[in-house]
Amino acid sequence: MSDSQTKTNTENAEQPIIEIINMHKWYGDFHVLSDISLKVQPQEKIVICGPSGSGKSTLIRCINRLEEHQRGQIIVNGTELSNDIKNIEKVRAEVGMVFQHFNLFPHLTILDNLTLGPIWVRKTPKKEAEEAAMMYLEKVQIAEQALKFPGQLSGGQQQRVAIARSLCMSPEVMLFDEPTSALDPEMIKEVLDVMIGLAEEGMTMIVVTHEMGFAKSVADRVLFMDDGEIVEQNSPDVFFDNPQHERTQLFLSQIL
Amino acid sequence: MTQTTKAKRERLSPPITNVGVIGWLKTNLFSTWYNSLLTVIIVAAMSWLIPPLVRWAFIDSLWNSSAEACRDIDGACWSVIPQNIKFIFLGFFPSGQEWRPVLAMALLLGLVIYSKDRSRWKKSLAWLWLINLIIMGTLMYGGVFGMPVVETSQWSGLPLTLLLSFFGMVVAYPLGVLLALGRRSKMPAIKTLCVVYIEMIRGVPLISLLFMSSIMFPLFLPEGITIDKVLRALIAIILFTAAYIAEVVRGGLQAMPRGQYEAADSLGLNYNQTMRLIILPQALKIVIPPTVGILLSAFKDTSLVVIIALYDVLKTTMVTLSNPDWTGYSTEAYIFLATLYFTFCYAMSSYSRKLEKDLHTGH
Repeated sequence: MSDSQTKTNTENAEQPIIEIINMHKWYGDFHVLSDISLKVQPQEKIVICGPSGSGKSTLIRCINRLEEHQRGQIIVNGTELSNDIKNIEKVRAEVGMVFQHFNLFPHLTILDNLTLGPIWVRKTPKKEAEEAAMMYLEKVQIAEQALKFPGQLSGGQQQRVAIARSLCMSPEVMLFDEPTSALDPEMIKEVLDVMIGLAEEGMTMIVVTHEMGFAKSVADRVLFMDDGEIVEQNSPDVFFDNPQHERTQLFLSQIL
Repeated sequence: MTQTTKAKRERLSPPITNVGVIGWLKTNLFSTWYNSLLTVIIVAAMSWLIPPLVRWAFIDSLWNSSAEACRDIDGACWSVIPQNIKFIFLGFFPSGQEWRPVLAMALLLGLVIYSKDRSRWKKSLAWLWLINLIIMGTLMYGGVFGMPVVETSQWSGLPLTLLLSFFGMVVAYPLGVLLALGRRSKMPAIKTLCVVYIEMIRGVPLISLLFMSSIMFPLFLPEGITIDKVLRALIAIILFTAAYIAEVVRGGLQAMPRGQYEAADSLGLNYNQTMRLIILPQALKIVIPPTVGILLSAFKDTSLVVIIALYDVLKTTMVTLSNPDWTGYSTEAYIFLATLYFTFCYAMSSYSRKLEKDLHTGH
């Protein structure tokens, strides 16, 4: 973590924006996540990788309570996730999420997809929400599609819309759950470019991805998960050039 | 680049046997030997059936005559309709007051047609409906502005059919949606209640519900309290239709991918917002075809109220035919009635297809 290129925030005395303490999760009897502890500082970019079924998606889905954890604590921006639905909704409004399959609302136009959250959750006036939405569409370079429906867009465009939709809620943290896995190869770059831009602006990001190039250039920290545990976490340089753990070495030898 | 290649390529006409009249006949009527055989048989059957039918219905028929005149002809006596139109359509509504149900029906149909356009679906339209429903109710019941009171027992004919079917559908639909949501609820009490309700109603025929509403239900009411008979029948129809709607809507809800719920959750929308803005608009659209099927059956099933002595348009027609003058012209009368039902049903089903097309947002 001493690398000069990587800006680490871990030494800051700042309050972490996400704090996970000894968290466990089971699906029935199956122990998906085991004793996860993680602190994420504001503006930190974390990439989570690992073999499929290792629990990486489940972990980030726990952060906005799309999945429920059974033991331990998850504290997001000072709010602890419990069964209290008000807390959950508060956290969800502060945490943006981008899904593997975009999950845009197919019955709404692109613009309506973007303004839905601000209008109904944040109670932003419609006109203001639309202006903000157009600004974010501009940012993901898709403004000319505002009045189309999601079904009329390509996968890469849909995913950029999905990112813009999350941004419209002015989130403190953005979670990406394999955002490029469902895309055709030629569309991956346009989505990654948007994400890199976002990282440069200082967004706190947790990204589950297999795009190792992205991890190398953007991440402050790379986490390797296997079998429901965080096996290793390190700055990208150390992680890729000198992986400490045997399982990490095996994984990297398979994908690189 | 492909454009230029295409332009340069020589254009060939398709073989003559594939286009034009010959081509059409060949592909559609005589493509194989058994299709040719079928074509011949059907043409033969049609030439045997249609001329006598046309002769009966149009050539030898009378359209507006007395019952006596009809005795001397071989064709259809359509006169049974115009001669009895007042009773068939309005039943026992007091004479001199006929303009009231006619106006009420005209308002209803006019408003339905006005509401077809989706761009008019605004809050103001709801108010327009509310005001008009009050006007229609006043027209039918009277008691104000010098209009004598007409008890619901005298409401009959087409106004009764439209009343039962319109309110039956309009109230049953949202109730069915609520039941479907309830059946998928995580709260065990609500879920059980909805399951029991839906399964119980679906387990009995509509006729038994109508009997219960007209005969058994009043026995349970305290003395002196009566609930209007038409209202009781209407409630039975609503409860019955809602249970079927609920199951169809539940199918639509189950067809929604989990990602839609998750996307709504991740934006921080609450349950009501998620359902109202994301899930229901999509789920209800998916189930338009089966929903319309149920609404159409509900519309036609309103004629079952004859068994509890309500005089809907079917019953008034039957009464007309029991008049000795007009006995024997049931074919004509029922063809007319079938046409009437068909017109309403076809209008509903073609509107639903238009709606489906308008709501399509895919590629």
